[in-house]
Amino acid sequence: MEEEVYEPVIGLEVHCELKTITKLWCGCKNEFGVEPNTNICPVCLGLPGSLPVLNEQAVKFAAMIGLALNCEVKPSIFHRKNYFYPDMPKDFQISQYDQPINVNGFLKLDKNVTIGVVRAHMEEDTGKTTHIGSSGRIHESSGASIDYNRAGVPLVEIVSAPEIKSAEEAKKYVSELRAILVATNTTDGKMEEGSMRVDANVSVRKIGSIEFGTRTEIKNLNSLRSLVRAIDYEISRQINVIKNGEKVKQETRHWNEDASTTVPLRSKEEADDYRYFPEPDLVEVDLGNDIVRQLKQSLPVMPLERRQRIIELLKNPNEDSAFIVVDLDLDGLLLEVVKQGADAELALKRFSNEFAGYVEEVKALQPERLVELLNLEQTGQLSATQAKAVFAEMLTTKSSPSQISTGLGFGGLEDSELSELLKGIISNCPNEWNRFKDGDGKVQQFFIGQVMKATKGQANGKVVLSLLEAMKNS
Amino acid sequence: MQSRIDTFKFDSASSIASQVSKGRVSAMEITEQHLARIKSLNSDLNAFITVSDNLARSQAEKIDKKFKNGETLGPLAGVPIAIKDNIVVRGVETTCASKILKGWTPPYNATVIDKLIEADAVIVGKSNMDEFAMGSSTEHSAFGPTKNPFDLDRVPGGSSGGSAAAVAANLVPIALGSDTGGSIRQPAAFCGVLGLKPTYGFVSRYGLVAFASSLDQIGPFAKTIEDMKLLMTVISGHDSNDSTSLNFETTPVLNPSKTDIKGLRVGIVKEFNEGLTSNIAVSLKNAIEKLQVAGAVIEEVSIPSVKFCLSAYYLIAPAEASSNLARFDGVRYGARENGDNVEQMMIATRTKGFGDEVKRRIMLGTYALSKGYYDAYYKSAQQVRTLVIREFSKVYSSVDILLSPTTPSTAFKIGEKLDDPMEMYLSDIMTIPTNLAGHPAINVPFGSDDSGLPIGLQIMAPALKDGKLLSIANFLLSQEGN
Repeated sequence: MEEEVYEPVIGLEVHCELKTITKLWCGCKNEFGVEPNTNICPVCLGLPGSLPVLNEQAVKFAAMIGLALNCEVKPSIFHRKNYFYPDMPKDFQISQYDQPINVNGFLKLDKNVTIGVVRAHMEEDTGKTTHIGSSGRIHESSGASIDYNRAGVPLVEIVSAPEIKSAEEAKKYVSELRAILVATNTTDGKMEEGSMRVDANVSVRKIGSIEFGTRTEIKNLNSLRSLVRAIDYEISRQINVIKNGEKVKQETRHWNEDASTTVPLRSKEEADDYRYFPEPDLVEVDLGNDIVRQLKQSLPVMPLERRQRIIELLKNPNEDSAFIVVDLDLDGLLLEVVKQGADAELALKRFSNEFAGYVEEVKALQPERLVELLNLEQTGQLSATQAKAVFAEMLTTKSSPSQISTGLGFGGLEDSELSELLKGIISNCPNEWNRFKDGDGKVQQFFIGQVMKATKGQANGKVVLSLLEAMKNS
Repeated sequence: MQSRIDTFKFDSASSIASQVSKGRVSAMEITEQHLARIKSLNSDLNAFITVSDNLARSQAEKIDKKFKNGETLGPLAGVPIAIKDNIVVRGVETTCASKILKGWTPPYNATVIDKLIEADAVIVGKSNMDEFAMGSSTEHSAFGPTKNPFDLDRVPGGSSGGSAAAVAANLVPIALGSDTGGSIRQPAAFCGVLGLKPTYGFVSRYGLVAFASSLDQIGPFAKTIEDMKLLMTVISGHDSNDSTSLNFETTPVLNPSKTDIKGLRVGIVKEFNEGLTSNIAVSLKNAIEKLQVAGAVIEEVSIPSVKFCLSAYYLIAPAEASSNLARFDGVRYGARENGDNVEQMMIATRTKGFGDEVKRRIMLGTYALSKGYYDAYYKSAQQVRTLVIREFSKVYSSVDILLSPTTPSTAFKIGEKLDDPMEMYLSDIMTIPTNLAGHPAINVPFGSDDSGLPIGLQIMAPALKDGKLLSIANFLLSQEGN
């Protein structure tokens, strides 16, 4: 396997729109999805004579992001990045260049993996161009319309160190970053709405080599799925290029989701002179140590730590379930119900599955009610199916789980009734019974399934299993 | 020599405001009188690109109504004012004397315009200028050159030549200009009027179409110190729409407690005394003598870095301009030429829309900021700037003000320097250093040359000594011709 001698080196640039009330330089509302060109003024349209004035909330949000990513927050300045583009009203973008607000941070993916965050700087978003024409492709369109509502929306660009080693790890980085950003309440983190946008810098090199290979930058990664597929595609494309004795070209490539390929967008060498210089219309930004300290204290507990708090309660750690519960911001409630006596394993299972579809409703319930429900299921007084039905009722009524349970006629099946039922099933299925007795663990699901079928899901699986074990040994 | 300096009875802004406020004359009468004068003289002078007669009349009507209703009128009640055509006035075409902005009517007012309207001034028109304020003669206007009222064959200076000429020829008592490298002081000198470049950040730049953001400053033209102070009081002060606007009380700055000439330490910059015409050297010498007689202490000082200022300026200003002028791309406003695609459209629009001088500076600036040249050009120019500031502040530890001619020569002939950009750039050699330092400086008319053309002297002072400049200028004005 020749591929194995190469390893990928991946760095990610993540742009996120800040959830400020107004835009970065003016008082226009920062809203998504409103009528085109309604949130505009001389400043965000870059009309002659207009001047930018920095939004204080945006600076604080940017600093919070930096602090959440363990960066140093520093006095910073803005530069102009000069290039012509129709949806960029001033034909330059105000961005931070060599003195960004946040530098030298890191992001912990788990106990063992840490990815460096080189910088997290502020900049303005551009407007949005829509090409008019049947296919939506630029070269076939008859014209374009531009919506400047997004122009001047504050962005933070988070640049990772080139330390990501696979597409999967890139996905994990973006997921973790998104979770952190959402936790700080500074951004929505919606990739599909474009409030979070990811560009990937990918290169490959021979394993053991210290020098980096030539990198390409991949754009148009609108979902985690595209991110993984595009990076994987690009890694193998570059390896093939090298194996064919050619050189990887430094260029920007566009991920084509339908064709599952990356295609060259423009060559970097041609368009890379942005003629940066300090923005003369703005002054240095310095929040001061006191405000930075206050912002740091105001930060919530980060998702990794929140997941850790759940996992510590478990006998069999389940990272994925913990991720979901924290992502839905249900972990506080989960910890509370466990503290009040619910079983941690069962609680996590229900929180990450059944409860996950009803986040707001669940949050509105009293924790005691959830504890009661989970305990009814845990002790076998309700089967899993019955517990689900009771949960559904709980969302719409004010009755307690036991009241609902009684109302639904879930008296709970007596062990003796179950034993009788099981005996009948065993006599009808002697082969399966023999296999079970010989220790074939797979067959136990068969018997549980039969009981569930006969009781329409009213039986408790754990009780059935313990009865089976008792019969086997008798 | 054909001149348009006639026997028209000059009435100052202060006098007009006082009369209108007392109801001795209506704002409308004053407005009509000035509109008529503009109409009769503008064809010769070309001082205005747009005469905003509709706006002026409706403003005058409002002011007169206010008076009838017994309301107190603002400090510029009924005073006609000319606005350089790079300052936006809502609903009035703003061209920056460029074809590329032909037809653009801004939907908003510059902060200074809001303040003028609040003060009950009457905006009579947009004055001519060098395109995007790039030039020293007002010849680089897409709408033809402005003529010097003292000699129609000569330039009024630039880039605020229209405003200077309008005040000189009594078309208006006051006007606004902008000064990036001398664009108020140099035309004021050529036209024999007062012109102040205020301290950077003293007057809001919001609504001033940017040429070089770190150097641009709006300032007044007038014929009396009282009018200068009146106009400055109205337009200066902090503006939350301009991040570079200074935040402090304007009254103490404009009305300093110490205005004595006795004991005033006056520095004469050695480097500025080279290559002066004899007439200008005589004027400077006269002024020095008057100051000495009044008790000022004269000292020759040296600011060696001023010899690098012109070079530094012609890197910094074009660099910022190349970026500031990028937005004129035909996409959103102004002129648009056709092209096969967006890029071709932009190229065609800019090729046709900009004049030669603007293109020259965009190219200069683009080059200075380019990768591999940034350190050698833009960065070292900024280092010169730091050096200039340091040397000025050192000099100001031993003198209170600096005195020099405003220009090396008096008004030159139209067309004389048009083919030699370097020669044209030298017109600003004495005015540029204060822009780089961010300090205030004023032109005071002081004498005239053998052909009767005005000579201007420049007084410079440290930041926020704008009021002090006005009081010293007042002294020199009182001594002129004595």
